[in-house]
This record gives sequence, C-alpha cells and structure tokens, in this order.
Amino acid sequence: MSAKVSNFQETPSQTAGPYVHIGLMPTHAGNAGSYDGEIGVSPFVDGVKGEIIEIRGAVIDGQGMTLRDAVIESWQADADGRYPGETGADPCVTGHCRFAADPASGEFCLRTVKPGIVADRAGVTQAPHISLWIVARGINQGLSTRIYFEDEDNGSDFLLGRIENKNRCGTLIAKKTGEASYRFEIKLQGPDETVFLDI
Amino acid sequence: MGKAMIDSGRLIPRNGAVHPVRRDMEYKTSVLRSPDFPLLSLESTKTEETGPVFGHTSLGPLDNDLILNWSKGLASAIGERILLHGRVIDENGRSVPKALIEIWQANAGGRYRHVEDTYFAPLDDNFGGCGRTLTDAEGRYQFMTIKPGAYPWPNRGNDWRPAHIHFSIFGHSFGQRLITQMYFEGDPLIDRCPIAATIKDRSQLERLVAPLDFLAARPLDFLAYRFDIVLRGRRQTMFENKTEGL
Ligand SMILES: [Fe+2]
Repeated sequence: MSAKVSNFQETPSQTAGPYVHIGLMPTHAGNAGSYDGEIGVSPFVDGVKGEIIEIRGAVIDGQGMTLRDAVIESWQADADGRYPGETGADPCVTGHCRFAADPASGEFCLRTVKPGIVADRAGVTQAPHISLWIVARGINQGLSTRIYFEDEDNGSDFLLGRIENKNRCGTLIAKKTGEASYRFEIKLQGPDETVFLDI
Repeated sequence: MGKAMIDSGRLIPRNGAVHPVRRDMEYKTSVLRSPDFPLLSLESTKTEETGPVFGHTSLGPLDNDLILNWSKGLASAIGERILLHGRVIDENGRSVPKALIEIWQANAGGRYRHVEDTYFAPLDDNFGGCGRTLTDAEGRYQFMTIKPGAYPWPNRGNDWRPAHIHFSIFGHSFGQRLITQMYFEGDPLIDRCPIAATIKDRSQLERLVAPLDFLAARPLDFLAYRFDIVLRGRRQTMFENKTEGL
C-alpha cells in the first residue's frame, strides 16, 4: 500500500510501416506537390562552413537483404560542434535530414557537412558524430544509432568508451571510401550487428 | 526551421514496458529486422537533448486538412468526415508547443497513395493521405480527414489492418522522436491485428485507441475522435545540476 506518484508514460510506439514516405517524404512516395516544401530535405543550406561529405550505405536485415523501405532521420552539430540554437552555431546548418533507402537497391546517401567535436556537460567531449533514427516496416520501435568517422580521433569519445565489447565499436564508424565520401552499413542482426542505443 | 530549443535536464529513460516487443513471430517482418543484442543504455547527451525547431512559416494553410489538401481545396475526399484532435504533453505533464505532427493514412477504401501499394481498392482522385501541423501553446493539434478503410496485408493467411492513422511526432529534442499508430474505438479488427498485438500490455494498447469525442462533433458535418500523445520528459530535480561523473 502506498500513495501513487502521479506520472505520465510515453505513448507506445508502432511500426512506421512500408508507406511511411507518404507522411515524411511525400515525393519519395510518388506524391510530389503534397506540400509546399518538405521537411528535412537537407541538413544545411548554401553558405555553410565546413567540409561537405557524402555518406552512403544500407540497412541490412538478418539474412543480408537490404531494406528498401527504410527511412532514416539524422541530427547533428555544425562544423564547430555546435547544435542549431546554441550560441555561435552556424546559421546555415539546420542539423536535421531525412533520407530513404532506394526502392530498387536499398542504398541510401546522406549529403551533409561534417560535424565537429561536441563539448557536453561537465567536461565530457564527444567525437564528431551524426545521430540516426531508423524506421521501416517490421521495426516496431525506431532504432537509434550514431555515425562516427574513421579519420577522426574517436579514442576519448564518451559513448564509444561505454561499449564493453570493443570489437563492436567499429560498427559505429564510417569507412572512408574517397575524398569526402564514406560508407556506413547498418546491420540489424548477425555477428556484425550495429550497436543500437537506448539513450 | 531554425533555432533548437534546449530544455534542461537529461531525458527520462525509455520504459520498454509501454512499447511493443521488437520481435514478434506473429508479425513476420519483425523477425529479421529486430536486433539480436541488447541495446546500449546510456544517459542522454546534448545530441539527444537538442533538436530542430519547426516554424509555422514552412507549413501551408491546408496542410492539416486531408479532405481538401490533395485537391488544393477544389474538391472533397470521399469518406466519413472526421475531426481528429488532441494534445501533446511530456512525461512531466507539460504541454509541448510547436511539436511537429505528421500523419498519413489509407483512403476510405483502404488504399494508400504510394508507388508500392498494389491493393486493388481504387485511389480517390481527391485524396492524397498526408497531413501535418504544429501544436499550439497548449500542445493542442487538430486535423480534418476521412476515416480510413481497413486493408488486407500479406503476413499470416488472412491478416487485416484495423482502420488506423500513422502518427509521427517531433517534440523539442531528437531523443523524443516517436512514430505510432492511432486506432478507432470499437473496431473489432484491433484484437485480430498482429501489429497492434506487438504491444503486450493491453492497457498500453488501449492508449492508442481514440475514443469518439461526440461533443467535438459538428452537427450535419463531421464526427470527432480524440488522441492525446505523451513524449519523453526530463528528469528535473534540484540535484540534476551537480557535476556528473560517468
Ligand atoms: Fe498503415
């Protein structure tokens, strides 16, 4: 017996389903013109400071098939590690992008500005990274993960340091494939399963 | 879109018990698309605690009217006219103003306007099936739309989705991101749906079933349904500001 703490619980999630593009990326669903301006088309606008990069990849299921219906959202800091809204943040960085797997190949491409080192609370620093949120048919609750970069110093990153099995850290690190281009594969299952975050 | 709103405090950790199981043999696609390993649980960082702000400027006047937006106001979509409304709050019980709500749905016959939907129920020339709006200062939102039809889908031998509307909610921080589905009170297909059944706690599933809100219906025009949404909140105690170690 006790008094009740009054609280509110988060609304339960449900899968985004295969037609999520209608709502989030209508042009991708074949419905261009649904809106005057879609949300998350690019995470930056002209005049942005920093290096423009392309990250290509795919979301891969437990049998090695690419998800052709996946939609990913990204959120990131600017080239100096400041999030939009913070003092001194680059006004040309919106930080948020939506991109979808190609309906034929399952490949995605995120074109963005490379983020900088993020200074967090209490002297904690985070290596340059992009946060991802992945939804698709069969994913009952959106999956969170992060992209780090092979050509950055990730040694003192707070989050990577918390991965107990160090062999799994590599699943969060994009491989450099060329000048300003990277590859990042998201594996939902298997021995190389990507580290997903409850954060 | 522009400045992020930085609410203070760490995000309240997610409570897995309110959410669906990630893998459910009865929802077959989930079997190969759900992680095998446990997720890495961590306190939120600035990355999860910040997010984009969506300004009214980017939304059009018909964006929250699915009856009229596809035809640009020229003709009405076919179906049972409904007002869909509610409030967005967080786990602290605070209103969430300027939350971006995006919805998508099938038409009255159960057909989606999507290149991949091949169900033979016909498209409605005057129905696109998406809408979006921002919550007001009290966290309230509303849409005009038509009640979607049930539709069959390949899973078990004869599975049908109950009438439902997909909801995407973007609060103030990326860590609050949520997609869900809203069902309609009294629909007998809810209890037969393997996607609804991925939520194992019956009382949690019931939170997704919108009641008829008869007082909000307009005579000789539309019925109304009410759907309230709760996003993750912030831990807010006076001890939160201390220097935090790892
Ligand atoms: Fe659906």
